[in-house]
Amino acid sequence: MRRLLIVIPYVWLLALFIVPFLIVFKISLSDTAIAIPPYTPTLDVSAGFGAIRDFFLELDWENYIWLTEDDLYWKAYLSSLKIALISTFLTLLVGYPIAYGMARAPEEWRAMLFMLVILPFWTSFLIRVYSWMGILSQEGYLNQFLLSIGVISEPLVILNTNIAVYIGIVYTYLPFMILPIYAALEKLDISLLEAAEDLGCSRFSAFWLITVPLSKQGIIAGSFLVFIPTIGEFVIPSLLGGSRTLMIGKVLWEEFFSNRDWPVASAVAVVLLLILIIPIVLFQRNEQKQREAGK
Amino acid sequence: MALDAFAPWEDPTAKPLIQFQNVTKRFGDFTAIDTLNIDIFEREFFALLGPSGCGKTTMMRMLAGFETPTEGSILLAGQDIAPVPPNKRAVNMMFQSYALFPHLSIWENIAFGLRRDRLPKDQIAARVEEMLRLTRLEKFASRKPHQISGGQRQRVALARSLAKAPKLLLLDEPLGALDKKLRQETQFELMDIQEKTGTTFVIVTHDQEEAMTVASRVAVMDHGQIIQVATPDVIYEAPNSTYVADFIGEVNLITGKADPKGDALHMHWAEAQPAIVGAPLEGAQAGQELHYAIRPEKVSISAEKPTDAANAVQGKVLDIAYLGNISTYHVELAGGQIIKAQAANSRRISRRAFTWEDDVWLSWTATAGVFLER
Amino acid sequence: MRQMSWFNVTSLTLGFAFLYLPMLILMIFSFNESKLVTVWAGFSTKWYVELINNRAFLDAAWVTLKVAFISSTLATVLGTMAAIVMVRAGRFRGRTLFSGMIYAPMVMPEVITGLSLLLLFISLGMDRGVFTIVLAHTTFSMCYVSVVVSSRLVSFDQSLEEAALDLGSTPFEAFRLVTLPIIAPSVVSGWLLAFTLSLDDLVIASFTSGPSATTLPMKIWSSVRLGVSPEINALSTIMILVVAVGVVTASLINKRNVLRQRREEAAAAKLA
Repeated sequence: MRRLLIVIPYVWLLALFIVPFLIVFKISLSDTAIAIPPYTPTLDVSAGFGAIRDFFLELDWENYIWLTEDDLYWKAYLSSLKIALISTFLTLLVGYPIAYGMARAPEEWRAMLFMLVILPFWTSFLIRVYSWMGILSQEGYLNQFLLSIGVISEPLVILNTNIAVYIGIVYTYLPFMILPIYAALEKLDISLLEAAEDLGCSRFSAFWLITVPLSKQGIIAGSFLVFIPTIGEFVIPSLLGGSRTLMIGKVLWEEFFSNRDWPVASAVAVVLLLILIIPIVLFQRNEQKQREAGK
Repeated sequence: MALDAFAPWEDPTAKPLIQFQNVTKRFGDFTAIDTLNIDIFEREFFALLGPSGCGKTTMMRMLAGFETPTEGSILLAGQDIAPVPPNKRAVNMMFQSYALFPHLSIWENIAFGLRRDRLPKDQIAARVEEMLRLTRLEKFASRKPHQISGGQRQRVALARSLAKAPKLLLLDEPLGALDKKLRQETQFELMDIQEKTGTTFVIVTHDQEEAMTVASRVAVMDHGQIIQVATPDVIYEAPNSTYVADFIGEVNLITGKADPKGDALHMHWAEAQPAIVGAPLEGAQAGQELHYAIRPEKVSISAEKPTDAANAVQGKVLDIAYLGNISTYHVELAGGQIIKAQAANSRRISRRAFTWEDDVWLSWTATAGVFLER
Repeated sequence: MRQMSWFNVTSLTLGFAFLYLPMLILMIFSFNESKLVTVWAGFSTKWYVELINNRAFLDAAWVTLKVAFISSTLATVLGTMAAIVMVRAGRFRGRTLFSGMIYAPMVMPEVITGLSLLLLFISLGMDRGVFTIVLAHTTFSMCYVSVVVSSRLVSFDQSLEEAALDLGSTPFEAFRLVTLPIIAPSVVSGWLLAFTLSLDDLVIASFTSGPSATTLPMKIWSSVRLGVSPEINALSTIMILVVAVGVVTASLINKRNVLRQRREEAAAAKLA
């Protein structure tokens, strides 16, 4: 009974999560070929030990060397990291005041505000990104509005630039930033601020000396929750970014679907995973620390 | 003591319902129960008393079947129960949190165990009604646990665990969640129900008053061991150690050297003070270190030196704790020792005889206290 | 409660405007008469009519619902099992790997998950279609289900299960009669989460589906890449409203239950 309970989900995840990765890794060591499947060698276990040995001999690191030689790839990695970093910071700037306002709102409003933050979570990611296309385009609502009030005389070019990508990321990932910060701020005892003011702090310095340090855990968690998925983001750069917007998720997609270069796409995926392991481990450690502190 | 008093533990032919035989339970490096032996008899109301972490809950969970002993065996009616899973034991438990099923009505909660036995419907209904009557819950049968008060929840938990007429009922801090007044009422109710149903009760508690009130015998535990098992009056009047004396009620403890003198035992404890005179302690050697335990209410306080008391010492009132019906006087003796004495407040407070800084005499008889070796 | 400062009021107003205006604009313009989506030319529901008559969209919607229903149900069963293992099974060999496999799919970029599953299906020689999408969706959404359910299980009072055993239930009966009814709300929210995740997914479905199965997000994707279209606005409006009504109703029901329980508890306390 107990064994079955463990074995079923375990085997499922092994078969559909771990094994696929091993396959990706294996293909990343293969060569591109014009065939079905479009890579060589393929393993034929029935051909005996010699064939298996030959199979392993034919695997090499060529695709990885290719990744370092063609500057498209490392530029895409760097650009992804840069975009993720900047948009995480922007999301924090937008999200913190909202989380702060929520935590300071009257108690009977909070459940409602909380739900309003959660609600976009449930609506389609694709639709939320898409909704900005009509706003940011040359003849879009934003330009129409700005032209009509006379702030600008010529329409701004926003769609298909990195700015549109930043806006898209901040918009779609905002709830991930707000919720952990709100959780941290809501726990904060108001009397701590009153004590700080009583001891001679100004409102502003009390905020810097008390509120910000005590919401640090929320800030860290929120930042990781935005940063990690943004690195591999595909939909936002494809819809809102331009041809010059380089993000690794998009490169991988194109490598796979347009170039049909499976071995290189696999190598791109393996390297992306290795890059992601660092923030993921840091995030886990932070969560662990918080759980232990909570006990 | 009357001859027909209930005291199977004094009858060498009586067969115990439960026997712990050299039971040890370890959790990793931590020893929760240390080679423990105890017999509990049918129809007993047995209390396990001790501070938290003393192993009393572990003992109960081993009886219920949620823990298995690391060493030794537990016998129920002569049978080793180690291989019997909790759902097959004729033992039921009342949980500290009550563990009422929140999604089931009171009626369904009580019927839960009966249904597991696949009893016929009318039999289940009859038994549930009986339990509801016993615990005076008839009016609440269709309510959910969150719709009744804490005291009623406690009674539902009791009814549910009694419904299957277990040989043995385990009660884990059954009254811990109730306020003091309700707790006292419920104690008598528990005793009443125990008597009516004739079930053996084992209760775990850290509240010494509760243990003394309800139990036929009390086991005082510390660090996985039983320090003393006895009836409540023996535990109080004749503790076997300073630990038990100190754990139950208030006590004055004095340490000194033994000096056996014929029928009585004397104890020298301070240069300037007379030796304490008390009943002899078996095996006490001259010069051996001893402890003397005496309850504050057995110490009399007076302005003049009493002439007939076996023990009398002089001191100064240091502090008075006024508790309404009684007052406890903290009296400092010449050597610095503080002895507590209690006196009933039979007069109004404005007319009490002693106040701070008064010189007073404390006295007690030779049989009032006990000498203890440890 | 002190008065909210102007700063807080402003940041909340601007923040929520930012969160909701884009969707609001999109919904308004779904009723636009004109084919030019950015110019208002009067109220019309013609794009909704066109949508209903568009077979390709209806087929895609049907495929999506089918995939979402099957995969979320499977994911709920597997995720609940995984949650029980995580919270209750104690130590067993490979536990670290197990919890890693539960958390990793949630932080994994979708392109990697999609790519790896596709390569698996190809190397197994499987025909890609509804079945492979279901397998893929079940795998990543079971992890979300297990997180939702295990957070409820952690706070579950284990003495309830012990009480059931004590009263003679078998371990399975104790789970079915006591644990499951009590954690049911979290299982339901796990299912809903899995369902919406499956409804929304574009990337993984694109990798793992074949020519025989196109999901709604894939359909939307192929048409919005060419720019804004009024038909997609209409479709988006329907999807947003369905989700909003669902989520708001669920939370209102939940709130009412909590309030009623609190009221009854207060009444019970007074009764004593």
